[in-house]
Amino acid sequence: MKAFKRALWVYHLNTGSCNGCDIEILAVLTPRYDVERFGIMLVGSPRHADVLLVTGPVVKQMVPRVKRIYEQTPDPKLVVVVGSCGIEGGVFYESYSLAGPVDQIIPVDVYVPGCPPRPEAIIEAVVKAWVKLEKAEQGVR
Amino acid sequence: MNVIVIIATFICVVGLSTIFSLLYRGVDRKLVAHMQGRVGPPVVQPFRDVRKLLMKENIIPDGAISWLFTAAPFICLITSALLLFYIPLFGQEALLGGYGDAILVIYLLILPSLALVLAGFASSSPYATVGAQREMVIMMSYELPLAITVVSLAWRIGRVADNPFMFSTIAESPIWSLVGPLGTIGSLILLFALLVVTTGEAGKVPFDIAEAETEIAGGLLVEYSGRNLCLFYLADIIKTFALASLVVALFIPYNLSPLVGIGAPVLAGIVDGLFFLVKAFAVMLISISVIRTAVARFKISQASWVYIIAMTLISLFGLILLSVDLMVS
Repeated sequence: MKAFKRALWVYHLNTGSCNGCDIEILAVLTPRYDVERFGIMLVGSPRHADVLLVTGPVVKQMVPRVKRIYEQTPDPKLVVVVGSCGIEGGVFYESYSLAGPVDQIIPVDVYVPGCPPRPEAIIEAVVKAWVKLEKAEQGVR
Repeated sequence: MNVIVIIATFICVVGLSTIFSLLYRGVDRKLVAHMQGRVGPPVVQPFRDVRKLLMKENIIPDGAISWLFTAAPFICLITSALLLFYIPLFGQEALLGGYGDAILVIYLLILPSLALVLAGFASSSPYATVGAQREMVIMMSYELPLAITVVSLAWRIGRVADNPFMFSTIAESPIWSLVGPLGTIGSLILLFALLVVTTGEAGKVPFDIAEAETEIAGGLLVEYSGRNLCLFYLADIIKTFALASLVVALFIPYNLSPLVGIGAPVLAGIVDGLFFLVKAFAVMLISISVIRTAVARFKISQASWVYIIAMTLISLFGLILLSVDLMVS
């Protein structure tokens, strides 16, 4: 099945990021990088999404929300963590208000290190995500 | 004609229109991307999106009224497809052209929007509720200029022919062949009003306030996923195609085959069909792609003002020009 190839809708979830990674995600949409040519689209609701792009370390207030948004996304779905903060805390490492990196709250499939990562890295992560989705799809069948 | 042939024709028309409307959406996205200096997705992108959406899980939220939540996408798609039977497509007469006219089409145009409103209220999300309210406001706003445009066109044609609301009558005596210079300006103004109404009716920028992705997260469709979202996606695309065909049927109902002198029915049908696609594409290019690139989203009050005040006055002015033209000549 190649249903997800070149038709991936992405939802951007900010869990307490400093806005650096968010700007890089927006840069991916600009004419210079233009991910829409690969069929990747930023959507406004997790219900429409195939991939959750999570930026930032998860602050305590966000924990139930992150779980809920993960539940709201229809299967099959993937989670991509963008930025060092979501991977191990980054500059906020061991801060008093953190509930830990993203993969302690919800399952994560692809990690994009960097503070912030380059737009090319984010595009590559999303491409890896769709390869993984297709493999999962083949495993089911 | 037996029943099977009739049903086969219906399926054929809906299938062909769906394929072409999906292609048009792809071309629209590509063109808009080029206008913005991007490369843009390939033309077949809408097909990929539809295929992907069908693979996804279909979630019905706990708080939603589940039967209405499930029924609304079907109502929306079916009523949008119903439009295709009453509007002349591909240079041919409308399939049910003998049973319905422009007035019926105006009524039918309300139904997909009503289904969207139902969907919004049934999904019990505050975003969807706000979207549904906005959809209702914009729906009530564009009705008046749309009605004025269609009625004044039919009024002028009714001076020379019977049954002026029938699409076949409009095709036999196009407005441009009836009017003098003043009337031509009036008709152009009416055409402009109808093109702007088309943008709002199709729910595209700058009138996509009900679905505003960036402010109310998809609005009406915020809770929809998988198959249901796919049905809305298709309904939106088909409705856009039907709207473009409506503009073509009202204002440019010309066929190419009599002009170039092709007599053979099959060849003439193909030529007319292709010419229809060009005309519909021109309408979509102006009222959807170019406007979408050129302007930003209105506030709901501004959008309502554009229709209720500005477009109504403009179309009334067109009507006045038409009647002055009638008095002068």
